[in-house]
Amino acid sequence: MTTQMAPESMYRSTEGLGVWPHRGKVAAVGIGHSPTARRWDGRAETSVGAQSIMACRKAIEDAGVDPSQVDGIVLVPVTTTGAHWDADTPVPMDVVNAFNPSDDPLDGIGQLSAEWLLKNMPELTNVKFTMYAPGCMSAAITVAAQAVGDGLASTCLVLKGWHNLEGRYNHGGISAANEVPGSFALSPGRTLWGAPGCYGTALQFAQYCTKYGKHHDMMAPFMENSRRNGLLFPEGYWAQHRPEQLPPEDYLNSRWIAKPANLFDNDIPIMASAAYLFTTAEKAQDMAQKPVYILGHASSRGLARSIVPTLEEVEAETDSTGRKIYESAGISPDDLSFENMYDGFAQFHQFHIEGLRYRGMQRGDALDFYQTDISIEGPNPVLPSGGNIGSGRSRFWMHTDCIQQIQGRAGARAVTGVKPEIAVSGGPMPMGGNFTVWSATPN
Amino acid sequence: MVKQGVVPDETNKPFFDAANEGRLVVQSCTNSDRLYFPPRPASEICGEGESVVWKEVSGRGTIYNYCVVYDCPVASLKEDLPFNLAVIMLDEDPGILMYSHLPGVPPDEVPVGAAVRVIFEETANGQKVPEWVLVD
Repeated sequence: MTTQMAPESMYRSTEGLGVWPHRGKVAAVGIGHSPTARRWDGRAETSVGAQSIMACRKAIEDAGVDPSQVDGIVLVPVTTTGAHWDADTPVPMDVVNAFNPSDDPLDGIGQLSAEWLLKNMPELTNVKFTMYAPGCMSAAITVAAQAVGDGLASTCLVLKGWHNLEGRYNHGGISAANEVPGSFALSPGRTLWGAPGCYGTALQFAQYCTKYGKHHDMMAPFMENSRRNGLLFPEGYWAQHRPEQLPPEDYLNSRWIAKPANLFDNDIPIMASAAYLFTTAEKAQDMAQKPVYILGHASSRGLARSIVPTLEEVEAETDSTGRKIYESAGISPDDLSFENMYDGFAQFHQFHIEGLRYRGMQRGDALDFYQTDISIEGPNPVLPSGGNIGSGRSRFWMHTDCIQQIQGRAGARAVTGVKPEIAVSGGPMPMGGNFTVWSATPN
Repeated sequence: MVKQGVVPDETNKPFFDAANEGRLVVQSCTNSDRLYFPPRPASEICGEGESVVWKEVSGRGTIYNYCVVYDCPVASLKEDLPFNLAVIMLDEDPGILMYSHLPGVPPDEVPVGAAVRVIFEETANGQKVPEWVLVD
């Protein structure tokens, strides 16, 4: 079976498409997470392949289905947090040989193919549909929802795994070279001028503060809230390995990376895999967990005109994304119980939620909103998952949280100031991402 | 601050050749009268690309905003940390942006919105690149 990257036609990236035709006809039921780790320790049982198999099996078990009922898989083949396998480093054959290998020895270590997954999950005897999604879980969810809605699969695993190798990525290779190609020197992002990864977001945040009269200190309540929520997420990195709150003094005294972005404004790369089991609304009725219906999905495909997206471009794009999200789901901002938009970098969360007009927010309002009660106990929860800031860089905590909250399985993290009925999650970037609306009912 | 040397490639050679001559050029589409930067293959700008030309601009601009870089991936710049990294909007079109270390401006003392002018700075292999300084 050859696995293709999802075609662009599976995404809803323009305004005016109307309500998603499969609104309420696709549901998330099962959830599976691997343990987290800061980095891979080199063992077969902690490789991204093993972690991903574990996540899939947990999702199947959680949904209460027999593995033979699974007929589709959507996964992200790229698993790196930024580090790639060093070409001069021998591939650990003991790890390769611990599994049924594919043609690429790095499969299961530094990438993940559908072929490798199926070879190592022999219980999946009925998979007829496989498809790749780019980047992160947000894309895979969109593709899987569309695939189930379109009838390409009826019981579909949705998988994202991350590997994190030793070393500081982007600090070797071309960054250490004496000469660089002209295209690198002038490229958006990494350039001759030495911009770190968070630079673009930090620049937009600087312009946001200039434009609206805000300042970096105003992020502290959001950061504290995110870590608090993350520590209530037992699947997350900080809860599992470093149960430390993030009080304002710790956040504000952290070292700068690209001022006004400090260390905590950047998420921490980790190893982790997660899987969900999607199915049709009809089949979901017979499964073990409460169905969480997908009302719609929308995608952003913003393009910066020059070397870096400006605040103005980001605001225009996230405004459009907000409109697409509501149009797709047939809802309005007033219908949202809570939001779980992406946060890894922390300093662009406000672009997402202002674009959503969450709780009536307008441009320039978010940092003032952060000074109010944004807790899970209050009437206006902000990022109840805690996001990447609260649980490490996975880009899937916000999706798991939406499903768990609506299923009533969020445990100590459950929102109590609102009834969890409709929520939105997605990301990653304000200029490019995929977003899903979840609901307790199909209507 | 001495930046990494630059080896121009086909797409951006006119930009770097002009920099060596003390001129700032960007791509321009004569069909739409729109400017483009960073350089890209002409076919990505205007179909077959025959309408794309290199246009000299004034070398005047304004500081959009900036960050102060304390943690930099480029090895050769680490000894200069912390440094300003600003984005400059060209006077001809504020949608066209260029990076600058703003030589002469102390870290975190950047006057956002101030006028700047281009200079050309040698990199490690002698190739010149545009930099920007405050207008007196």
